[in-house]
Amino acid sequence: MTNEAWETLSDQAATVCGVVYFLALLSYSAQWASLRKLPADETPQSGQVAVWGRFGLLLTGLGCAVHLVSLVGRGMAADPNRVPWGNMYEFVLSSSFVVVLAFLVFYRKYRLDWLSLWVVGLVWITLMVAMILLHDRVAPLAESLSSPWLVIHVSAAVLATGIFTLGGLVSILFLIKERQEKRIAVREAELVPVGGGGDVAAAQAVPRTGILARVPSSKSLDRLAYRLHAFAFPVWTFAVLIAGPIWAQVAWSRYWGWDAKEVWAFITWVVYAAYLHARVTAGWKGRNAAIVALIGFVTLLFNFIGINYFFGGGSKHSYAEDAPAVVQVISAAELTSQL
Amino acid sequence: MAAPDLGFVEMMRWAWRQLTSMRTALILLLLLALAAIPGSVVPQSDVDAMRANNWKADHPDLTPIYEKLGLFSVYDSVWFSAIYLLLVVSLVGCILPRLRVYWRGFRAAPPKAPRNLTRLPDSDSYLTDAPTDEVLERAAEVLRKRRFRVVVADGAVSAERGYLREAGNLVFHGALLVVLAGVAMGSLMGYQGGVIVWKDGSFSNNLTQYDDFKAGRFVGVEDLDPFRFTVDDFDVEWIDDPTNPRYGMARKFVAGIRYTEKPGAEEKSYDLRVNHPLSVDGTDVFLIGHGYAPVITVRDGEGEIVSSGPVPFLPEDQATFTSFGVVKASGATPQIGLEGMLYPTYSGDPNNLGSVFGSLGNPLISMQAYVGDLGLASGSQSVYVLDKTNMKLLGGTTENLFRVDLCPAKIDGEENARCETSTVELPDGAGSVTFEDIKPWVRVQISQTPGKMVALGGMIAALAGLLASLFIRPRRMWVRARREDDGSTVVEVAALDRSSGGEVGEEIVEVVAALKGETVKEEL
Ligand code: HEM
Repeated sequence: MTNEAWETLSDQAATVCGVVYFLALLSYSAQWASLRKLPADETPQSGQVAVWGRFGLLLTGLGCAVHLVSLVGRGMAADPNRVPWGNMYEFVLSSSFVVVLAFLVFYRKYRLDWLSLWVVGLVWITLMVAMILLHDRVAPLAESLSSPWLVIHVSAAVLATGIFTLGGLVSILFLIKERQEKRIAVREAELVPVGGGGDVAAAQAVPRTGILARVPSSKSLDRLAYRLHAFAFPVWTFAVLIAGPIWAQVAWSRYWGWDAKEVWAFITWVVYAAYLHARVTAGWKGRNAAIVALIGFVTLLFNFIGINYFFGGGSKHSYAEDAPAVVQVISAAELTSQL
Repeated sequence: MAAPDLGFVEMMRWAWRQLTSMRTALILLLLLALAAIPGSVVPQSDVDAMRANNWKADHPDLTPIYEKLGLFSVYDSVWFSAIYLLLVVSLVGCILPRLRVYWRGFRAAPPKAPRNLTRLPDSDSYLTDAPTDEVLERAAEVLRKRRFRVVVADGAVSAERGYLREAGNLVFHGALLVVLAGVAMGSLMGYQGGVIVWKDGSFSNNLTQYDDFKAGRFVGVEDLDPFRFTVDDFDVEWIDDPTNPRYGMARKFVAGIRYTEKPGAEEKSYDLRVNHPLSVDGTDVFLIGHGYAPVITVRDGEGEIVSSGPVPFLPEDQATFTSFGVVKASGATPQIGLEGMLYPTYSGDPNNLGSVFGSLGNPLISMQAYVGDLGLASGSQSVYVLDKTNMKLLGGTTENLFRVDLCPAKIDGEENARCETSTVELPDGAGSVTFEDIKPWVRVQISQTPGKMVALGGMIAALAGLLASLFIRPRRMWVRARREDDGSTVVEVAALDRSSGGEVGEEIVEVVAALKGETVKEEL
């Protein structure tokens, strides 16, 4: 196959993938439309609702496979062949793939059926944004990017980004769920006065239907969010504080230079470290910790979107007029604009 | 005697406890993240001096304030340093006591079983006919197999597992200090400099030869290794397929160099490429840029050569390599200066001067000539700037400017057949300019970064510690067997998670099943 054919294949696969995820989203919506009316402890194992659910999962798996085809196509379309992480479009394509893959891998172990609607929705939107706003032709990499350290550094960053995204999603659900639990607790306390008596039956009949009721307890959500972040954090550490600096050292003669991209990678690292601390600090457990995790996620997004759009022009410019104004064979700015 | 001090000592103690508390560490971490932000918004002098200077020129009002606040060098500023130094102190204050505790705890036996096991949040109990001894023996065996450290005492088994988690955590935090030490070594004892060397040119590693140079506080002249090198050739591949999205991009840069490690040493050769620095005795030589240096000869009114040799032009545009340069003929009276552009592949349209490609397809220089005083006497001056205060533009009418528009007689040593004339007479009998040849130049970065291996080693140790700390789940388990009056045995099993994300319920289920002699079915 020619490079052009691979590129076309990749683009078509991405389109198909978008359609499949959308259908998955529809199935899950159908499933949840019925589920939300049922009491939370009642999950039909057969019948229409169950079929919609299974169909959604099947489509998600199919979408994930097509997603992979699209990624492979991107890599094969480049000359020389390479990992498909050369620009923003490819980075988003890859990290959203990680999100779906991680979801499917952990689906059984952590019983993630309640998360399916959210994950598929998120990934579908991300994919649409990537295809409409970020799409870019396959291009050969700048010299400095064709290094084995690119593969190591960026694959770790992609993996961590995907898992942090999933972690952020769970943290958001945690915050919502925790509020709801508090509200229910208040309602129950009103119905059952301290010291017993009161309408116990009415208290227990406080609505347990709806989408949120099927989301696990805030305690489990907190634990799951922790596990996801605890998985992604060392990967991120490796990506930005080991592999990145090694690469920067061989390519740019300094392992750390406080370039805008590096600054924000560092900020993200520090904020997630703060999250891991917050989880064991009195007064910060739970809600505040989850907020710190979400701040971490915002810094991650900012590094990847904000830097390119807000500082991108300026920073690229700056390298062109470096003192003495030398066009760098490899410029951090060029890299910045590509990732 | 001691009484007046007590208040002070107590206060210090209180302050120390505050400083080394988890909450302070957390807040300092968040502060550190916050404090790092301005460095990505305001141009940093150390990172990009040119951009910082431009910014200062554009914002004359803000500049003095920003300078006071250290916003042009955030990462050396007092406030940024204060935050991370406090963090370091907090860290040391935090890990030292924990090391002591850990050391004691490591050798201690698992703690005694609490009186009432079923009161613990994660516990289970069941009845059996087996005698207590047998149950306990079996429990000890089951838990040992699960890699618990086990003690049997007072009718109960106490077990503990996951000691390495705390060790990992301590290694992680300790290793961060090692990383800091490595980074500090680099910035105090390292140096970094850049220089442009054209083809056939050479460089010896001493201060006077650098275009720019930055060194740590403890670097002396004697720390520069006495190597030298000559650039023999420079190769680059241009993407000239117009359908390629990266049309015009250059890649596969190779500079062939010959070098000697010290005077009198044997000469070796090396292909300097991007991502493949040359390492000489702890000093690294990197290829980081390239451009063109026209070889220009200037003669004065008498025909005497007053300036000759390659002059590096600085590329202003990556796509076409249109470059800017200055020639200073200080030997002439009056002095002669040229300023203008180089177009590596001249478009051929005199009304629309420009380069259409980066390679030397059809080089042309288009410069203006000045005579007067170059201003060299009044201190140091950049070679890339022409000080025109005391210079007069030659042939200076706006409609009909005199220009030095020339093609080179040779391109990189080869005869340039396209070029008919490569010499132009300056107006007013001021002299002449000849474009002899054009050579590529490379910009190399030379740096010595001591401590980089310390920092890397520290970071790897930190990662290893982090993995242990995050994935080893320390927990305690207890099994108690009690004989009831009716002859049956009550077995209570409880577990306590000692990490921050563990779940012990599953393990209890498994241990109880093992005690009962069942196997747990995989739950779907
Ligand atoms: C230099 C700044 C610091 C960084 C980047 C940092 C980072 C981290 C990270 C990533 C963790 C999670 C790993 C784990 O759970 O074991 C952690 C845990 C921990 N840190 Fe730090 N830390 C810093 C400073 C401190 C300081 C000053 C203290 C003392 C107050 C401290 C005390 C702890 C403790 C006790 C844990 C264990 C938490 C747990 O049980 O999960 N750290 N730290």
